[in-house]
Amino acid sequence: MSGGARFAWQRAVWELASLEVASLVIAGCSGNQSMFNPQGPAARSISSLGWTLLAICGVVYLLVMVAFFWALARRRLPSDDAPETTRALTRNVTLASIVTVLVLVVLSVASVVAGRGLTSPSGPGALQVEVTAHQWWWDFQYTDVTPSDYVTSPNELHIPVGVPVVLKVRSRDVIHSFWVPNLHGKRDLIPGQITHTWMQADRPGVYRGQCAEFCGHQHAHMAFVVVAEPMDEFRQWIAHQRQPASEPATDEERHGRDVFLQSTCVTCHTVRGTDAGSHVGPELTHVGSRLTVAAGTLPNTRGHLSGWIANPQAIKPGSRMPPNSLAAADLQAVLTYVRSLR
Amino acid sequence: MSAQRRVLDVSMLPDTGDFGHRGLVWWGTVGFMVIEGSMFVMVLIVYFYLRLKVAEWPPSLPNPDVGVGTVNLLLVLVSLIPNALAKKAAEEQQLSRTRLWIAVLTCIGVANVILRAFEYPALNCRWDDNAYASITWLLLSLHTIHIVTDVVDSAVLVVLVFTSPMTRRRFIDVSENSLYWYFIVAWWVPIYLVVYWAPRWL
Amino acid sequence: MPTEGPRARPVERLERPLDENAETRLHRELERTWYVPRGVVGWLSVVDHRTVGKRYIATAFGFFIFAGILAALMRIQLAVPDNHFLGPDLYNQIFTTHGTMMMFLFAVPVMEALGVYLVPLMVGARNIAFPRLNAYSYYLFLFGGLMLTTTMLVNSAPDAGWFSYVPLAGPDYTPGKRSDFWAQMITFTEVSALAVAVELVATIFKCRAPGMTLNRLPLFVWSMLVTSFMVIFSMPAVVTSSTFLLLDRLVGTHFYNPAEGGDALLWQHLFWFFGHPEVYIIFVPALGIISSIITTFTQRPVFGYTALAMSVVTTGFLGFAVWVHHMFATGLPQLGLSYFTAASIVISIPTGVQIFCWIASLWRGRPRYPAPMLFVLGFFAIFIVGGLSGVTLASIPFDLQVHDTYYVVAHFHYVLIGGAVFPLIGGIYYWFPKMTGRMTDDALGKLNFWVLFVGFNLTFFPMHILGFQGMPRRIYTYPSEMGWGTLNLLASGGAVLLVVGGVLFVYNVVRSYVAGEVAADNPWNADTLEWGTASPPPVYNFLHIPIVEGRNALWDRSVDAPVVTGIRSDCREVLITEVLDAAPSNKTEFPGPSIWPFLASVVTTAFFIGSIFTPWALPVSVIPIAVTLIGWFWPKSPEKDAPGARKSTELREARA
Repeated sequence: MSGGARFAWQRAVWELASLEVASLVIAGCSGNQSMFNPQGPAARSISSLGWTLLAICGVVYLLVMVAFFWALARRRLPSDDAPETTRALTRNVTLASIVTVLVLVVLSVASVVAGRGLTSPSGPGALQVEVTAHQWWWDFQYTDVTPSDYVTSPNELHIPVGVPVVLKVRSRDVIHSFWVPNLHGKRDLIPGQITHTWMQADRPGVYRGQCAEFCGHQHAHMAFVVVAEPMDEFRQWIAHQRQPASEPATDEERHGRDVFLQSTCVTCHTVRGTDAGSHVGPELTHVGSRLTVAAGTLPNTRGHLSGWIANPQAIKPGSRMPPNSLAAADLQAVLTYVRSLR
Repeated sequence: MSAQRRVLDVSMLPDTGDFGHRGLVWWGTVGFMVIEGSMFVMVLIVYFYLRLKVAEWPPSLPNPDVGVGTVNLLLVLVSLIPNALAKKAAEEQQLSRTRLWIAVLTCIGVANVILRAFEYPALNCRWDDNAYASITWLLLSLHTIHIVTDVVDSAVLVVLVFTSPMTRRRFIDVSENSLYWYFIVAWWVPIYLVVYWAPRWL
Repeated sequence: MPTEGPRARPVERLERPLDENAETRLHRELERTWYVPRGVVGWLSVVDHRTVGKRYIATAFGFFIFAGILAALMRIQLAVPDNHFLGPDLYNQIFTTHGTMMMFLFAVPVMEALGVYLVPLMVGARNIAFPRLNAYSYYLFLFGGLMLTTTMLVNSAPDAGWFSYVPLAGPDYTPGKRSDFWAQMITFTEVSALAVAVELVATIFKCRAPGMTLNRLPLFVWSMLVTSFMVIFSMPAVVTSSTFLLLDRLVGTHFYNPAEGGDALLWQHLFWFFGHPEVYIIFVPALGIISSIITTFTQRPVFGYTALAMSVVTTGFLGFAVWVHHMFATGLPQLGLSYFTAASIVISIPTGVQIFCWIASLWRGRPRYPAPMLFVLGFFAIFIVGGLSGVTLASIPFDLQVHDTYYVVAHFHYVLIGGAVFPLIGGIYYWFPKMTGRMTDDALGKLNFWVLFVGFNLTFFPMHILGFQGMPRRIYTYPSEMGWGTLNLLASGGAVLLVVGGVLFVYNVVRSYVAGEVAADNPWNADTLEWGTASPPPVYNFLHIPIVEGRNALWDRSVDAPVVTGIRSDCREVLITEVLDAAPSNKTEFPGPSIWPFLASVVTTAFFIGSIFTPWALPVSVIPIAVTLIGWFWPKSPEKDAPGARKSTELREARA
């Protein structure tokens, strides 16, 4: 097989695989993004609490409704007007109130116990990721001792399995909320403040997260994915992400890069290793290897990416990326180039 | 012969309202005072909330000058005397004394308003400089709205007590107006302290 | 203190009863004195609490219908995934306006309006205290609501959510006037609500009929008293927050700007300090409606009067202690948050006590089930679900998952619709005969109940599950792969039933108003004073002010119950009584019809709206506002005790 054909074959396989995974990811394959499908210790704590609370509430509701319907349906007696009846009723109402207080105490205790499972278990050597929310995308940055080794991975957060990850969260503009229900409760990101939260995944998998605080036009399309993978795969991924953008291998890719660097793309996007260095929008150095595009909105396939680059406003009206007026051939070239940035 | 009916005859009760909490106007005045008082409390709490957010207070701005503000405070404390006398005269329904003291009170009130206009430049900041400047201007302005309103109210009462046939109801109005002036003076003190001295003490 | 000599005291006497001619003369004179003016200028000068109250109720329901239509549009958009019926900008305006209108232009005003109509009647007064202020507050409410409605029709509606968080709603992220309209609408409705609250407190404390001690206050009046205090203490917080927002947006202040020392979280603290009592302001009057209806349709005094009254007072206090439970996800210190969990759990206890007392009332009495009663029973089935989901939300770990999801949407609709709207509709059906003199169609009312009950549960119960499945709030669409489509479709289907229920309600009300069976004074054999006069009441409410002899005024009234005499009928004289025991204290003259409240409201409206567009609005409006207020308070001649006025004794002799 010639070099070109091999590349095409690899690309096709990769494409199919991404589409599969990405669809599953965006799909959420029933249970993804459900708080009752916990995949980490914090979410598990909350999930158990949830079942407990719902069970208690269900029983209470049933009891009250039974008393209620019985009160309506019972046969009336002449003794109903007697003072003993009033005393009995008073006693029963008092009793019910006391039972209510006891049930509430039980509920509070359950809540406190669950709360203890939410304190971050990490020590000083924990992995730390900085999360920055923008209107309407997420930036995840892995800091390091050497600033030039920082890794930026927009809209896709990789974490090692079984290890707590501390998240330092902030917002660039309005209030957003960082939420991956399979792993933990949410944390609001308030501009002007930096807060911390954490997450830990027990198993490898892809978990969907979504912004949970109304943040403007495209709040509905501000999702992200969390990819939990075994530690060595995670280290590989980080190491690869540190590399600058891969050099174009084919003519089309080279042409695509030229078009890219001469068009409006560079006003907002960084591709490390080229002259494109703007930080307004997500970094594209390794965009080809990501599972989704447009903050979790679309699977990362050639077709979807094409639609997104040509006219983002048709998919996310109100977002900051303007429509493109590239000639068809140029658009194809840019697509090829961008998808080669793995 | 038809049976008798029981009645409660209230014809001898005073029929022009009443002073203080027995009358209706007092409740309206006090209701308004509680509402505005709650607003002042809110704004003061916000002042201290914002103070806790920064290291330096005022942040990169000079302190307000205390001169005009202190003179105005002393003047308004002095106004408590004609205020008390006007209230007493009204409750005793003494026309000439009521006229005298409400007129004096109003004149002092007008002076207060004029001096208040000079307090703004003494703040040494613009409302849009930073959050400290914004809350300081707001605190002062909230109070300004209240004194201006009450001075206008007092002025109208001055016209009424000197021109209309004076009725018991008008005396009640003067008495309630004095109650409201107490409210304005009472709030002036903490606001003065916060606006002029909190930057120096905190 | 006043130095007027020893205080006069009322005199208990036996008297010759008035014969028919005397009663008719008294009726005619009172009718003349308390007349409600006609004509255009007359219509704008009305200060009669019943007329103003009915206008208030009708206007509030108008906004309810508009906001309901907006909700229907939302449900169409969300019925299927990836829908393109509404784009994000329009959807955001719609959901913001839906929430804003429901909370500020429907729920609070309609409860206050019920109070405006019913409280003077229930306490035995001829009008509400400060009647011109009452008229003014209605006009302000109307104009503020019209302003907001207009913005929705010209693509300029606020779009930052009904609680308008900053910085999204601030100058940097919502350009244009949208959030300014929102903030100024708050000003309109909050001034209006505060005015009514002060009137209600004054009426309840000072204008009760003799004999109606606090211990004998109808539970609806207790509810309105507590509600009024909540309004007075909570609204200043939202005034403050919306003023800060307007100033930040219009003149460059930095209250919410973290870059210059401001704080985005400050908005949330101020707003929710108001926002939580706000929902109790909506809910507590409904508790009073429930007590009224249960008493009447079990034909027995309600069980646990003291517990019910104390519960309402306690809820009112505790409502101020829980606001941070809206902010559990913001990263505030854990210790502080734990206190708010405790308070939020404790606040459910007084409500629980009330529910047990009502169940005991139902147990003991002999319930009948006309439409108003069904709606009250519906409260039990629906509200308790919402109350329980509320308790779960008090748990911080659980809340961190379901906060800002459809679980919360389900929760607050269960408590607001179950806890306030169902009792409200029951209350409308209940008091309709009194307000209009006509009975509603009871069979249609019962059908109305079932349609709404089923429709409501179909629409909102699935939303609990959608929240568990991770569906956040305020999203204009969702991907089909999330699996949320089926439940959303079900919810939208239920919404169709809700629309049908709404149409049924409007139809029943309108048809009954025009052609309903004529109602007697007291068709339900109820116990509160409003049922002791004609349906609808005459313009003067009561021919004779009654003396109240028990907690259930009409049921406890003895055959020869005394009445009050000595109040002038040739002018709007009103008896003022003492706060605790309603002992007669003095009399005063209430103002008659006046155009000044309307004029003042027009000028105020021009100022409020103008100031959104230019700071010149302030200096320009100051003179007209001063003029209208001075005109309002300028004494009318002749005054009662001015030299030359007729003496009371002359009048009494003339009347007898």
